[in-house]
Amino acid sequence: MFRDAVASVGEVGRSPARRDGSEKVTGRALYLDDIQFPGQWWGRTVRSRVAHGVIKSVRLDPAFDWRGIVCVTARDIPGENVVHLIEDDQPCLADGRVRHCEEPIALLASNDRERLEEAVEHVRVEIEALEPVLDPLKSSRVFKELLIERNVEALPAVFASADRVIEGTYLVGHQEQMYIEPNAVCATPGEDGAMTLHGSMQCPFYVHRALQRLLRLDERKIAVIQTVTGGGFGGKEEYPSMIACHAALLARKAGHPVKMVYRRDEDVAATTKRHPAIVKHKTAVARDGALLGCEIEIVMDGGAYCTLSPVVASRGVLHAGGAYRWPACRIAGRVVATHTPPNGAFRGFGVPQTIFAMEAQMERIAAELGIDPLKLRQKNAYVLGDQTPTGQTLNWSVAAQEVLDAAAARSQFAEKSARFSAAKNGRRRRGIGLSLALHGAGFTGAGEVKLKSRAGVELTARGARVLSSSTDIGQGTITIFAQMAADALGVSMDDVEVAAPDSSRLPDSGPTVASRTCMVVGGTIEKAARQMGRVLSAYAAGCYGVPEGSVSCRGGVFFDGSRALAPFATIAERYLRDLGELRVIEQYAQPPGIEWDEQNYRGDAYVCFGWAATAVEVTVDLDTGEVQVDRVVQACDVGKAIHPILCAGQIEGGVVQALGYALLEELVLKDGRVVNSRMQNYVIPTSLDAPAIEAILIENPYPHGPQGAKGLGELPMDGPAPAVAAAIFNATGALVPQLPITPERLLSMLEARK
Amino acid sequence: MILSGIQVNTVSTLAEAYALLAKSPPGLRVLAGGTDFMVQLNARTGVDSLGQVLDIWNLRELRGVECTDGLSIGALTTYSDLIRSPLVRELYPALCDVAREVGAWAIQNRGTLGGNVCNASPAGDTLPVLLAADARFVLGGPRGERVVPASEFFLGYRKTALAKDELFLRAELPLPSPRQRLVYRKVGTRRAQSISRTILAVRASPDGAVLSEVRVAAGCVAPIPIRCRVTESVLEGEGLDDRLVAAARNALNADIQPIGDVRGSAEYRRRASANVLEQLLRGLAGSA
Amino acid sequence: MKLSLTVNGQPRSAEVPPLKRLLDVLREDLALTGTKEGCGEGECGACSVLLDGELVNSCLVPACQAAQAEVATIEGLCNPDGQPGPLQRTFLECGAAQCGICTPGMIVAAHCFLKTDEPASEQRIREALAGNLCRCTGYQKIVDAVRLEARAAR
Repeated sequence: MFRDAVASVGEVGRSPARRDGSEKVTGRALYLDDIQFPGQWWGRTVRSRVAHGVIKSVRLDPAFDWRGIVCVTARDIPGENVVHLIEDDQPCLADGRVRHCEEPIALLASNDRERLEEAVEHVRVEIEALEPVLDPLKSSRVFKELLIERNVEALPAVFASADRVIEGTYLVGHQEQMYIEPNAVCATPGEDGAMTLHGSMQCPFYVHRALQRLLRLDERKIAVIQTVTGGGFGGKEEYPSMIACHAALLARKAGHPVKMVYRRDEDVAATTKRHPAIVKHKTAVARDGALLGCEIEIVMDGGAYCTLSPVVASRGVLHAGGAYRWPACRIAGRVVATHTPPNGAFRGFGVPQTIFAMEAQMERIAAELGIDPLKLRQKNAYVLGDQTPTGQTLNWSVAAQEVLDAAAARSQFAEKSARFSAAKNGRRRRGIGLSLALHGAGFTGAGEVKLKSRAGVELTARGARVLSSSTDIGQGTITIFAQMAADALGVSMDDVEVAAPDSSRLPDSGPTVASRTCMVVGGTIEKAARQMGRVLSAYAAGCYGVPEGSVSCRGGVFFDGSRALAPFATIAERYLRDLGELRVIEQYAQPPGIEWDEQNYRGDAYVCFGWAATAVEVTVDLDTGEVQVDRVVQACDVGKAIHPILCAGQIEGGVVQALGYALLEELVLKDGRVVNSRMQNYVIPTSLDAPAIEAILIENPYPHGPQGAKGLGELPMDGPAPAVAAAIFNATGALVPQLPITPERLLSMLEARK
Repeated sequence: MILSGIQVNTVSTLAEAYALLAKSPPGLRVLAGGTDFMVQLNARTGVDSLGQVLDIWNLRELRGVECTDGLSIGALTTYSDLIRSPLVRELYPALCDVAREVGAWAIQNRGTLGGNVCNASPAGDTLPVLLAADARFVLGGPRGERVVPASEFFLGYRKTALAKDELFLRAELPLPSPRQRLVYRKVGTRRAQSISRTILAVRASPDGAVLSEVRVAAGCVAPIPIRCRVTESVLEGEGLDDRLVAAARNALNADIQPIGDVRGSAEYRRRASANVLEQLLRGLAGSA
Repeated sequence: MKLSLTVNGQPRSAEVPPLKRLLDVLREDLALTGTKEGCGEGECGACSVLLDGELVNSCLVPACQAAQAEVATIEGLCNPDGQPGPLQRTFLECGAAQCGICTPGMIVAAHCFLKTDEPASEQRIREALAGNLCRCTGYQKIVDAVRLEARAAR
């Protein structure tokens, strides 16, 4: 499974059983709804059924018995009626105008859950409907516009003189995260207006700051505690702020804890999704397959409010040229408003959309030039020293060629590609397709610097406790933090705890997003642990009267050179007794030489990139358009596999989620309202839909990453969809330029070609 | 509708069930395995006028698969029962196979043939197979028993010939004649836990390429599961060749009236159904 | 109604409306929160339990149909001391749980499949688990765990 494995001693590089695994397999892990909060009430949301309109009135049906039921509207908000994020344009409760179906208008709470359900139907909301804008191409409200240009003056000549100019337009739709645990929170009111919020979430501090603004509370009066979270994928990055604000308002008015657990259909219909996009490519190519220049135009649908759209668009635009060298290019993107539920973060965050388009375009180019798709990519893929469209020189950790070679070899791409495209008999056709993707790790540009993420460790009687607000949402944060801190301190993982994320007690390590948790936060924790190690070594040296410089801790024992001095626990206990607590919190520091110009979108967009090549084999049924995925091979360069099984888990999970994006998952809206908001109608892959996934881990270390590690959470999601399209192209000769590639779309295209 | 206020009558004998039915309680719903009813209850759809529940899950009289002068399948036979039944496997393997494509294992353990029949969804997966098999449904109530052919049972969208005081007791399928084969194909939204986009069942006795005793039935292409009678008449007694296949495809187009819905357009259903019909016919006649 | 049933080998009872979902009886009345709700419509399998030995979605079983039944939940698959049993340990070793919300239902389904003693081919395992949706793992390590456990048991 490995290439170029960096030899490691200790916990990093092993695959110990996950730290929170025992609770999860025994059913003891407490997700939000498993917890009975003393005196808890339940809360529900009254939502708009209309995509755009003016609220005329909100009335409680006088024929209904409202005793024991509390109602909250915008008037009850003590602070600002806003769910704080980037633009602060999204109200917590609609007041005056509604801008999307399912927009929250009123909230109800009661301790009688059955009556509460009835009560929701008895809130009479009168809305004067206005014409909604549902087509992003017709929207005039732009959340963000971006432009990346490289040698743009040369472009007209490049197009004029190129051997071929190839155009393509690609469409991708919404995707719903479909975490198996729906959004769930409980707000508990405390003394003097204080509020404690427990919930399923990725970013406790986002919620904390949102509650501050909404409730007009000092930050010390709020505590946000993440409970065991049953999946996030970005869907619990910013959305929990909204549900938390709702629960808090109800708790404040009711004087009781209020628990809100979304029904599945509510979660699908009302919460954030992946941004749909329309991507246009115009590519100038040489006869031999060299990419000479491109114009790429991207329009993303942000939905009704800004949420994270500017950042999604930014990342989408920055990855739109794919993993290829462009001598000249112009990449323009904009994300606009429509009267649909706001879109937001979903694993990949703009990259799956634009990489689908780029990779599908590469297939089109390969076919038009008569060049093998693997060779076309090998010819143009980045190598060390190349420059990206923003002018970033790729100085380290580039593995585009390596992942391509690995995936192609393992999948027997060349042989199968030829064999499958030659086989023209029968009603079922096999195909194989390839894609190449990259994913910038960490926040874009100066984002990490602005975040000022802090994390660290504190000394315990037998080891250390990791202090960070990064959350484990299944990807294994708790486990890798313990591994990394243990190695940095020189102790066993068993002696390292990881504190549960609580915004009132832990440093703000930034959000658990953007494939940053291991690289940025883990790296910062390592730094803090090493510093703690130095402090303890100096202390131990003092205790034993030996020179500081020769003392270090290995395998849980302090050594003076090669002479064992004392176990870690002995030194720790003594330190705590003599000097009190020892806490080391470090702040993330950007490596030297990283420069980003936010105004002109030029420079080093990301400190490093992850690389993935995906090979997908399919069988296409020509009678129905159904596509079965038979096998997936994905090779990912992760820099350093801190925990190989967890890494493989990210690859396998990301691949299957992307197969859903490619083939199955389509959100159907009618007049701005989601029509298929149940699991029965919005379908994700089952174990029978998913094939065996072969993950190949490649380690091309990032010199400033912890033990060389980069990011992996999102990378696996970027490549499979276009590889599926390429495989279907290989099987049938039809390149479907739209996701999902439903049987209907494929059959339609096949019929049209006859 | 407050859930905790709904009365449930759990009966142990048909006589008890009939006694309740005779009283015609308003808003009475019959509960078998719950895989449809409980979904509606959870979603609060289709239960506005729910008054009382008749829980028939314990009615032993409605369980079991027997073969006398035909295959008799009790209404409470679950999909798992069908899958495991050696009799069904021998006489109507298509029914075993389609049962494996309903939901997934946990649904198959509780969902019943009777539920599929009485809910009468146009997407009910066993229904085209039952129609193509010339099944007859035995209905019973306080006023006695009667038999209704499957092809006359489905009257309109989710409306059946079942009277308010009747229960569906069992399905009776004729013993297949020696050369008879019944094949089907479900085109679902994914490989398990899926609702069909289209589903076709074809029965015939092939003699070389000549098909006789032809039945063609389809789901998801009309408000009810249907027999495709024009298609049947075009095929009956004829030798299958390219010309006949084309004629059958055209006939199918006349038989079906698909609509567009969240799972796909009418156009797709037409195309896919015609293709699937051709595939099934060629398979029956022995040519690829 | 007074519902009397056996849960994980113990006699239990609760006073519940007859249409209350078995899922809610387990989680609320019997404080067994290991069984989860993911969809409320029998699609995701997070609520899977064994009812008289058969795999069912407890969100679709009304209390009136669980009377006198034997129910097994994830809690019942643990060792008597509450520690993970053999199948659960194999899930742990293989890395078959990530966020863990589907895991109880998945393990109950896997346990039920392994009880049937039929050959544990990749295809049959996937078919047996097709009613348990997982969004994190891509199913690979879950299938690996079941295959491994099948081999160990023989």
